[in-house]
Amino acid sequence: MTSAVHGPARRAAVRRGLSVGIATSLYGISLGAVAVANGLSVWQACVTSLLLFSGGSQFALVGVLGAGGSVGAAVAASSLLGIRNGLYGLQLAGLLNQRGWRRVAAAQLTIDESTAVAVVQPDSESRSAGFWVTGVTVYVGWNLMTLAGALLGNAVGDPRRYGLDAAAAAAFLALLWPRLKERQAAAVAAAGALMAAALVPVVAVGLPVVAAAAAAVVAGWLLRRTTS
Amino acid sequence: MSTWTAVLVASLVSFGLKLTGYLVPPRWLHNPVATRVSALLPAALLAALVTVQTFSSGARLTVDARVVGLAVAVLALVRRAPFLVVVILAAAAAAGVRAAGWG
Repeated sequence: MTSAVHGPARRAAVRRGLSVGIATSLYGISLGAVAVANGLSVWQACVTSLLLFSGGSQFALVGVLGAGGSVGAAVAASSLLGIRNGLYGLQLAGLLNQRGWRRVAAAQLTIDESTAVAVVQPDSESRSAGFWVTGVTVYVGWNLMTLAGALLGNAVGDPRRYGLDAAAAAAFLALLWPRLKERQAAAVAAAGALMAAALVPVVAVGLPVVAAAAAAVVAGWLLRRTTS
Repeated sequence: MSTWTAVLVASLVSFGLKLTGYLVPPRWLHNPVATRVSALLPAALLAALVTVQTFSSGARLTVDARVVGLAVAVLALVRRAPFLVVVILAAAAAAGVRAAGWG
């Protein structure tokens, strides 16, 4: 396989994958710094990027643990955010047609960015190229940047002095922001935020976040007729 | 030790969810409630995480320098700043407010 036999669509997909991959990787540095600010060791921060490998879920896990939440609450918050990766997998299974170990590797690389680049490509060859280039670039870059951020966070001492607790809130907001364009999602987000605030003084740390999922379930049920 | 448990269990669940998508028959997706819920779930969870991360201190609601950081993050997002810039500006704002002696 030389580049001469590949069309311009595939080359465009590779370029898009690289640029999305590099831009995404950069913010792994904030994950690493926030993770150690929330009490994880450098090694634990790196393992979340190697194994868990899904930005929103990783921020949720370290956020709940850092606030003093239980293992169960942290795992629940992380896992609920990871459900969407399963849905991406459903979509990608038909587009990528992988078998054996390649399917296992594809599953681990199934995240927002690799899916987004893959599904907009015009043909199967460029979809596959877009997915793998984005996924591998993010995986390598995200892990390197997590390590850099964790070492940096470890070196600065008191995380509050550098505003790293506010950095975590800003990271969640930046992940949420593009979803607010859709009116239903914005309404559900507002409900989730209010529910969480109301529950903070009442239930155990970490559970307000999980309870907010109920807002999405109720809204999804109520809205079922509008989309079917 | 419990941190390791959380990290490893969450990792297993994360990979399990990803792989499940590749293994289940696609027709399972054809359920309008499941489709809506899964589209709305991240918005609800992320909004709750923003709230808790900004306004809670253990089981108490508080207002401190993190609120200033969040306000700066909103301004940065309105002006279409990239993710890393948003996060750095928010941290810098909170750190600045604390250096000035509040929160």
